[in-house]
Amino acid sequence: MNLRRFSLIAVPYGWLLLLFLVPFLIVFKISLSDVALSIPPYTPTLELSEGWAGFRDFLSQLDFENFKFLATDDLYWKSYLSSVQIALISTTICLLIGFPIAYGMANAPKEWQPTLMLLVILPFWTSFLIRVYSLIGILSQEGMLNQFLMWIGIINEPLTILNTNIAVYIGIVYTYVPFMILPIYATLIKLDGSLLEAAEDLGCSRTEAFWRITVPLSKAGIIAGCFLVFIPALGEFVIPSLLGGSDTLMIGKVLYEEFFSNRDWPVAGAVAVILLLILIIPIVLYQRNEQKMMEADT
Amino acid sequence: MPQTAFEPWNDPAAKPLIQFRNVSKRFGDFTAIDDLSIDIFEREFFALLGPSGCGKTTMMRMLAGFETPTSGTIMLDGQDISPIPPNKRSVNMMFQSYALFPHLTVYENIAFGLRRSKMPKDEIDARVKQMLKLVQIEKFGARKPEQISGGQRQRVALARALAKGPKLLLLDEPLSALDKKLRQDTQFELMDIQEKTGTTFVVVTHDQEEAMTVASRVAVMDHGKLKQVDTPDRIYEAPNSTYVADFIGDVNIIEGYATNQGDTVSIAWSEGNSPIIGTPSKPIADGKVSFAIRPEKIAISAERPTDRNNIVHGKVLDIAYLGNLSTYHVALPDGTIIKAQTANSRRRSSRPFTWDDEVWLSWTDTAGIVLES
Repeated sequence: MNLRRFSLIAVPYGWLLLLFLVPFLIVFKISLSDVALSIPPYTPTLELSEGWAGFRDFLSQLDFENFKFLATDDLYWKSYLSSVQIALISTTICLLIGFPIAYGMANAPKEWQPTLMLLVILPFWTSFLIRVYSLIGILSQEGMLNQFLMWIGIINEPLTILNTNIAVYIGIVYTYVPFMILPIYATLIKLDGSLLEAAEDLGCSRTEAFWRITVPLSKAGIIAGCFLVFIPALGEFVIPSLLGGSDTLMIGKVLYEEFFSNRDWPVAGAVAVILLLILIIPIVLYQRNEQKMMEADT
Repeated sequence: MPQTAFEPWNDPAAKPLIQFRNVSKRFGDFTAIDDLSIDIFEREFFALLGPSGCGKTTMMRMLAGFETPTSGTIMLDGQDISPIPPNKRSVNMMFQSYALFPHLTVYENIAFGLRRSKMPKDEIDARVKQMLKLVQIEKFGARKPEQISGGQRQRVALARALAKGPKLLLLDEPLSALDKKLRQDTQFELMDIQEKTGTTFVVVTHDQEEAMTVASRVAVMDHGKLKQVDTPDRIYEAPNSTYVADFIGDVNIIEGYATNQGDTVSIAWSEGNSPIIGTPSKPIADGKVSFAIRPEKIAISAERPTDRNNIVHGKVLDIAYLGNLSTYHVALPDGTIIKAQTANSRRRSSRPFTWDDEVWLSWTDTAGIVLES
């Protein structure tokens, strides 16, 4: 056995095992437990002192009750659906905003590009929570947005934006649009300008050349950007709880409430396991796209 | 019946396909093309030759439509093409980087231009197959550009540019990315394809050998101006300036003072050496001149030759053995170094001359070119 190779591979696998698989198994175990008034707030717990019999006893008390419960109460599947919907719409809006920004950056004069890049990354220098809180200040009834719109005379009465799904969309798009811009910019900057000239030379108009050359060649960046927005947006919890209303259903919020407000760890665990299963599909697709991109580069 | 030579530029009745009329192009303060006029005829294989930054690429980009002249007009087939965008011109270009679309197959790359026209589908297929055959890459139609070699990519780029049957094909440094052997083979193939399709080719290159091999006429450019436009043999044997003489091939340039003596001139060039006798191609005034002579026109011998007027004596300083040729660098007593070249027509175990040998260099009265300096 090649020890050097083994130890090289062992590092990422060890990392994943320790920081992903073990916590997941703990959560999965909790999801199979029953809620209890104790510390920790579920039962059974594994008593190693009782030996093999204790372990068999422990296993026999685990069941899929919580998963069955998730299927019976429509709050949960509605939350999952609504999360997927909000994440999809936010991803689309991010793409519609992010692509033109990335395109503009890639075509800006060379000396401007580092500055533009900095401007995209700059918001990350402030805490995410602080940025979401300042959005509350902007979007509220007496907030800057309403004052501005009334000042220029577009509206007479302040709009109700805060505590609606619109505020959630604004929050998610604002937070995640850099994750869309950066991978698209990275593919556009590599695009050889002579390809567009060749397309024009062969009879394309500028617009046609954009759709036939620029868009297909930035596909990998678009896909990467969409997953980078979609995956965290799906499980997003801070933005819907701070900006959304009581009718904003997102699975991250449900998960938080089950865990902290209801102190029902087993149900929260079940919600988390299902959320992960939903996320595995886009994550695998994203990985495959990344791999393709890397192969195309070599 | 003897075949008449193809030289429409000597026929006053011939109508040029492309006419540059006092064309200038400025980028800010920089003048890329300076008041340039030229005619290029149908079916010509025309080479724009010059060092980088001489304006040759700008001329090509103006023909393609990617740049517009600052002043002057460019006519294609009697029509001013300045207002026509590149996608509406019957001009296609083969890019230096080839600019093949990486996401499309070889077949789709060639079909790209045809699909933009209103050509019916089955005709497109026939045309693409014809082009694949023309450049001999029938087997690679289904591959992506990254899956074929550099030489094959070059062929795809050529096929794609020719597919629409343009009036004019522009080639930007078409062979610069190929290695030397492949480049030479491809040069002949390029000439063959040009003849078969009857398309007018304008090629931009900094490689003089390439220009001389493929072109029917060569334009030597420098600083946005045309230095000389002529057939390759005229450019080589009768350059009109020391710039052209120096740019094309190897040359010895000797400065001196000319005195007319009937048909010939006597050029005093160095104390202790007898004057050079040269034959100017057109009358030249007495005074400062440059005498340019190609190394292969200079004979090298161990004994003093008796049948020639121009004889100098020197010592072999360096020998460059090129296989087919050997170039001798001979230092004269006054320090001047003259290059002489001999063909290695026989296999020899030892060279006739070696370092530090005393040799005689000689050339005839008509071997060199007398240029005003």
